[in-house]
Amino acid sequence: MAVKKNTLKLKFDSSRNLAPALESKSVAKIAERYDLFINGKFEKPSSKKYFDTINPASEEKLSSIAQANAADVNKAVVAARNAYEKGWKKTSPKERAKYIYRIARIIQERARELAVIETLDGGKPIRESRDFDVPTAANHFFYYAGWADKLEYAFPNRNPKPLGVAGQIIPWNFPLLMAAWKIAPALATGNTVVLKPAETTSLTALKLAEIIQEADLPPGVVNIITGAGATGAALVNHPDINKIAFTGSTDVGKLIQKAIAGTNKKATLELGGKAANIIFDDAPLDQAVEGIINGIFFNQGHVCCAGSRLFVQESVYKIVLQKLKDRMETLIVGDPMDKNTDIGAINSKQQLEVINKYLKIGQQEGAEMFQSACSIPKKGFYCRPTIFTNVAQSNRIAQEEIFGPVLSIQTFRTEDEVIEKANNTPFGLSAGVWTDKGSKIFNMTSKLKAGVIWANTYNKFDPTSPFGGFKESGFGREGGLHGLGAYLKV
Amino acid sequence: MNTIPDFTISPRIDQVGVEERASRFTKRSIKNETKINGLKLALNMIDLTTLEGKDTDGKVKQLCYKAMHLHDVYAGLPTVAAICVYPSMVGVAKKALGDSGIKVASVATAFPSGQSTRDIKIRDTKFAISQGADEIDMVISRGKFHQGEYNFVFDEIAAIKEACGNARLKVILETGELGTYDKVRKASDIAMYAGADFIKTSTGKISPAATMPVTLVMLEAIRDFYYKTGKKIAMKPAGGISKAKLALHYLVMLNEVLGEGWMNNEWFRFGASSLANDILMQLMKQRTGLYQSGDYFSND
Repeated sequence: MAVKKNTLKLKFDSSRNLAPALESKSVAKIAERYDLFINGKFEKPSSKKYFDTINPASEEKLSSIAQANAADVNKAVVAARNAYEKGWKKTSPKERAKYIYRIARIIQERARELAVIETLDGGKPIRESRDFDVPTAANHFFYYAGWADKLEYAFPNRNPKPLGVAGQIIPWNFPLLMAAWKIAPALATGNTVVLKPAETTSLTALKLAEIIQEADLPPGVVNIITGAGATGAALVNHPDINKIAFTGSTDVGKLIQKAIAGTNKKATLELGGKAANIIFDDAPLDQAVEGIINGIFFNQGHVCCAGSRLFVQESVYKIVLQKLKDRMETLIVGDPMDKNTDIGAINSKQQLEVINKYLKIGQQEGAEMFQSACSIPKKGFYCRPTIFTNVAQSNRIAQEEIFGPVLSIQTFRTEDEVIEKANNTPFGLSAGVWTDKGSKIFNMTSKLKAGVIWANTYNKFDPTSPFGGFKESGFGREGGLHGLGAYLKV
Repeated sequence: MNTIPDFTISPRIDQVGVEERASRFTKRSIKNETKINGLKLALNMIDLTTLEGKDTDGKVKQLCYKAMHLHDVYAGLPTVAAICVYPSMVGVAKKALGDSGIKVASVATAFPSGQSTRDIKIRDTKFAISQGADEIDMVISRGKFHQGEYNFVFDEIAAIKEACGNARLKVILETGELGTYDKVRKASDIAMYAGADFIKTSTGKISPAATMPVTLVMLEAIRDFYYKTGKKIAMKPAGGISKAKLALHYLVMLNEVLGEGWMNNEWFRFGASSLANDILMQLMKQRTGLYQSGDYFSND
């Protein structure tokens, strides 16, 4: 049989052409307009201004969202301060836990509604918001509810005390989940909160405000204000904030650190990443390919810990690439509300432009681009899953965070070489190692400079496990026992 | 001929990863015309099976009639792919099926344990062939496999393949006795390089029989073999697949691992006895909107 190696390609057209299986929108009640959640009530913004939030999959308007200005921010911080001084800091830990459990349970009860809204507002596939975002958000509340009355055991003989008012700013990639990451530990430790969701994805945070009302949390303990960068800046600069918790880009993280320099404000910053996903020749290759897919195409690649730099040992490079390309052809790109969709819409037009810019840069730099052959909807913001081969460390697509479904692939020869390359980045949030050899895993994990390292898996999250970065990926940890410390004087 | 690899170092399988991947296929939502087409395809891929000590001419004839007339109320249904019986029943089945186009598959090689001599296994195979079997379902020597005697297992498969002549050979790995996914992968590789036309999970006599992760490991072995040699190998999960929904999950998996080239009964079979009626019930449900009593579907 005269068959040229690596020329065989499997055919997958039919696997992408399944009959539509759309999730119903009827469970999602979205109001025409949303106000600011301050002191337990929805209040009109003093700016009197509203901005549109759209569905990135169809570019249709979903709702109008209040734009908070400095006066609104002040109102929210004052409400949080009052709630803290007059009640929340004296509330017994058991009582605090009760409220947090309540929130967790209501999230579970309203899971379907939250999943649908998350998908409509953010563009992520309904399968992910249903199976990952919403259940994990509920789990965070459950987990931290359990800690509320056990802080003395978490920090023995240290007499842990809350910080006061926490200003929290969250990104658009996991809107509800990030709100849970921020609010749950803050409440468990006795702090009050002013939270600002990202401007493109405010809806589930506002639904969470409804849930918080329903849970009967005392007014002012959690305040949710909406708006863009200026609102966030007003929050960061407010003099009566004790702590800033920020998840977002490294550029904004640097601005925040400058702004709070010389103040008494504490901070945790969870910033960008450019994670190395490393495949050795003794790895379980088919599962590793799955890990590559999950690492870079989960949530359209809008993941700070996405495995966006792939390193493959040269002896298995050809076969891994062949398997990866065939696997990419089976990915279903399209309407996020379809239960079969694997890759949904890019979160915003602006972000799609950023991604497209990098696709151009990659090609100009001489890297070879491959995209799957799938069709994408005409309306809405979409990007085909993309890989670049023939990439070097000196290429911008290997250095800068793209935050989209774009993977750069490099090869390596030895363990030392790949450790050096993996660490040769200003970021240090996460990494993945694929090998059948346990000793190699331990060697790699002790030498890679990254906050989270996965072995033979990728993008696994659990409330019990701390998450956070090295270097320009930020500082401080969220999740687990470590996540409590970030909200306590100990 | 391609070089035969060293089977002592076959590719590694990560248990957690393969099980996670297999469960992902079950998340696909198969609806409307995709569902109807899938159900009909699954029906057409069935090896309708009876492998019992109490099998009689009468029982086999009834099963053959069922194979040819699955549910005449529903016009335009396909038939099953094959009937699967013991060698002694091949003649009866062959005659009963006539020129229907349905194949007769026979288990052989001291099925199901395979604990006999090579000479007897070859004669068993040749007898089934002489009775008119179109396909032979052999079992591998699991004992020898566990002893690490991979050459013995390889040579035995090659010898049976030779005895098969033009009949297609299905090699049953009996994955429920192999213990790990690594061993399933190794046995798959041995079978394919030794000349198997199909690799098959189970005899149906051991629990667990076919599972989705095991089938996934075997499909990936087939894919690697195809990448390397350009030669297609067929797959047959057998045992434990009795519901239409599960059969659709298997087809989704097949479609997304090996693609369209394998989506017919030349390259994929279900070894099952009760699956057909559940598929028929689902097809009627799709047509009428209502579930009918099981008694509307014949039990042969």
